[in-house]
Amino acid sequence: MTNPDYIITDELQQAVDAALTLERPLLVKGEPGTGKTQLAIEIAQRLDAPLFQWHVKSTTRAHQGLYEYDAVSRLRDSQLGDERVKDISNYILHGVLWDAFTCDQCAVVLIDEIDKADIEFPNDLLQELDRMSFNVYETRETITARQRPLVIITSNNEKELPDAFLRRCFFHYIAFPDKNTMEKIVEAHYPDIKKDLLKSAMDVFFDLREVPGLKKKPSTSELLDWLKLLIADDLPAGTLASDELRTVLPRMHGALLKNEQDVHLFERLIFLHKQRQR
Amino acid sequence: MLLGFFNHLRRAGLPVSTTEHLNLLEGLSKDVGVLDLNRFYLFSRLCLIKDESLYDRFDQVFKDYWAGRESAFDLNINSIPDDWLKLANKDALTDEQKAMVEAMGGWEKLMETLAKRLEAQKEEHHGGSKWIGTRGTSPFGHGGYNPEGVRIGGPGRQGRAVKVWEQRRYKDLDGTRELGTRDFKVALRSLRKLTRDGRPDTLDLDQTIRATAQNAGLLDIKMRAERRNAVNVLLLLDVGGSMDYHTALCEQLFSAARSEFKHLEHYYFHNFIYEKVWRNNNRRHNDTIPLPDLIRTYGKKYRVIFVGDATMSPYEVLAEGGSVEHWNQEPGAIWMQRLQQHFAHCVWLNPEKSDYWQTTPSIRVIKELMQDRMFTLSVNGIQDAIEALKTPMVPTAPLN
Repeated sequence: MTNPDYIITDELQQAVDAALTLERPLLVKGEPGTGKTQLAIEIAQRLDAPLFQWHVKSTTRAHQGLYEYDAVSRLRDSQLGDERVKDISNYILHGVLWDAFTCDQCAVVLIDEIDKADIEFPNDLLQELDRMSFNVYETRETITARQRPLVIITSNNEKELPDAFLRRCFFHYIAFPDKNTMEKIVEAHYPDIKKDLLKSAMDVFFDLREVPGLKKKPSTSELLDWLKLLIADDLPAGTLASDELRTVLPRMHGALLKNEQDVHLFERLIFLHKQRQR
Repeated sequence: MLLGFFNHLRRAGLPVSTTEHLNLLEGLSKDVGVLDLNRFYLFSRLCLIKDESLYDRFDQVFKDYWAGRESAFDLNINSIPDDWLKLANKDALTDEQKAMVEAMGGWEKLMETLAKRLEAQKEEHHGGSKWIGTRGTSPFGHGGYNPEGVRIGGPGRQGRAVKVWEQRRYKDLDGTRELGTRDFKVALRSLRKLTRDGRPDTLDLDQTIRATAQNAGLLDIKMRAERRNAVNVLLLLDVGGSMDYHTALCEQLFSAARSEFKHLEHYYFHNFIYEKVWRNNNRRHNDTIPLPDLIRTYGKKYRVIFVGDATMSPYEVLAEGGSVEHWNQEPGAIWMQRLQQHFAHCVWLNPEKSDYWQTTPSIRVIKELMQDRMFTLSVNGIQDAIEALKTPMVPTAPLN
C-alpha cells in the first residue's frame, strides 16, 4: 500500500529507520514543498499503522494534544439534571496524543508545523514525548503509551525551538531535490510526459531557482502545476529551450512566479540581458 | 575514538551535548549507523546536529576528523571494542554463558581472537560459522549464539564513492554567512518574543470557568491581554559613500524587516547621525526631518536599529563641523546621545566584517558610543542584536 507518487531519498529513509529503532521523535525541516507533512502520511501507510495528525496553529496549546476538560457542557448538563454529569470522565475530550498512546498498534503521530505555536509549546510537551505518558488531573489517572508511537514533527523555521526540546529529537533537513530526484518525482506524477519536454522544463525550472533575489523560489508543487499546464497545452519542447530563459518569460510563468515583484524582477533581468547582447 | 570526535565537534563550536552523544552510542549499539562511514555520517548528523545552518560546519569537521581514519573506522566503529566490551563485561554473564566462553578458551582468548579475526576479515560476511557478520554461529557479530556476545556490524567495504560530507551541499545554510531575506526574517522574527504585553482586555474563558468553579459557582471573571505583535521599529540607514558596497545586503534587511514588523519607520542618514535625517533618498536635500522632531514623533517604546558601516574619520563623529556634507553645529556624538536618551533600546548593525572593526578608529568610537551594541549584518549578528534589544541601555552622562 505505498503511494508511488512519493519519492523518499536514502538519507530520509535512514533517518526514519533510526527514529523507529531508537524510538525518538523525528524533527523534519525543509523548504516549503519538499513533502514534510506527506512524510508522516507515507510512513503510516508503509508501516500500515494508524496515523494521528495534529495540525498546530498559533492558538494551539500543548494540553490540547493530551485532553481537554469540557467544563461548559458539564455545567449545562448539571443545569438540566443529566445523569452523565456525575462522571467527570464523560467530559474529558481526548486529544491526539491520548488516542495515539492508547492505540493497540504502534501508531504514527504527526505534529505539523510546531513552530506556528507559542514558543513555550514544545517545552510543554517535553515530558509527554520523553516518557510517553501524562496525568489527567480531573480523573487522577495516568495515560501511558502501550507502544511508543513514532512521532514526526515538522517545522517551517518560523521560530527557533528550545534546546531542551531539540536534544530529545532526531533532526533531519530535507534538502531541495536535485535534478535526478526531481525527475523521478515528476515521472511518478506524470508517467507519460515527453522526455524532451521534461528535460527542457527542468532546465528552465532549475535556472529560475538560481535567479538571485527572487522573493519566492518556485518549489516542487509549483513545478508540477506548471508541467500540468504545459502537458495540457501539448507544447513542443523547442518552445522551452533553456537559453531562452534569459530572453523571454517562460510560458505560463504564472504557475512558477507567484509574486508581482518577482515577475518584474525577472522582466528587468531579461531587459538587462538584451541590452548587454546589443 | 568517538569521544575524540565528540570533542572535536565541540572544539569547532558545534553545540553538541552529552545527551546527544549518548544517543549516538545507543544507536550504534543497536546497529544503527554502522556498516560504513556514510551511514555513520548520516546517523551522527541526525543525532548531534539540530539546525540545518550548522550542517556545513558539521560536514567540514567530519571531513577533518575522519579523513585518513576510514580504516580505523571500519575496525573501531564496527566493533567498538573499547566501549562495548566493557558493557559485555564478564561479570554480567550467567554461569552457563561463562561456560561457553570458557569453551572458547577464556575471556582474554576470546578478545584476542576477535581482534585477529577483525584484522583478517576484509569483506562483509553473513552466515557461516567463523567470520564476523550476521546470522552466524561465531561468537562475534549479531545473531551469534554466544549470549550477550560481542555485537558487531559487518566491517564496511573498502573503496567508496564521493563522500556526501565532502560535497558541502549545505554551504548556503551556514548562519554565519550573509543570506537572503528569508533568513533575515527568521532572525528578526524573534523580536516577537518581547511583544506579549498590553492591557488585559479579552475574556479568558478557561480561567473564568476554573475560577468560578473554585468560587463554588459564583461568577469570577478573568481577563487576559490579547496576544499581538506590538513591537515598533525605527530603522535608520546609512546611504551613499562607502555604503554603496553593501547596498544589496541592506536591501535584503530592509525588505525582511518591512514584512516582519507592522510598525516599521525608516529614515536615512549619511555616515553619521546629525541634526536631521530624511525619508526619501531622492529628495534628501529638500525634504529633511529635524532629529528633535523624530524624537517627539516616536515613543520611547520604539526599538532603534542603525545600519551603517561606521567607517569614516573619527572627526565626523566627535567634532562640530565634522560632517562631510554640511556644517554641523554640534558633533554627531551628542545627537546620538540625545537619541539614546529617548530611545533606550538601540543597536547598530554593521555590514563590515568584524575583523576590520578593531583597526578602524571610527568603528571603535561608535561601538563605544553604542555601549558595545554593535553587531555584524549577518543572520547570527541580527540574532545577537535582537537579544540586545530586549534590555534597555544604561543612561550615560551627557557629553557636554
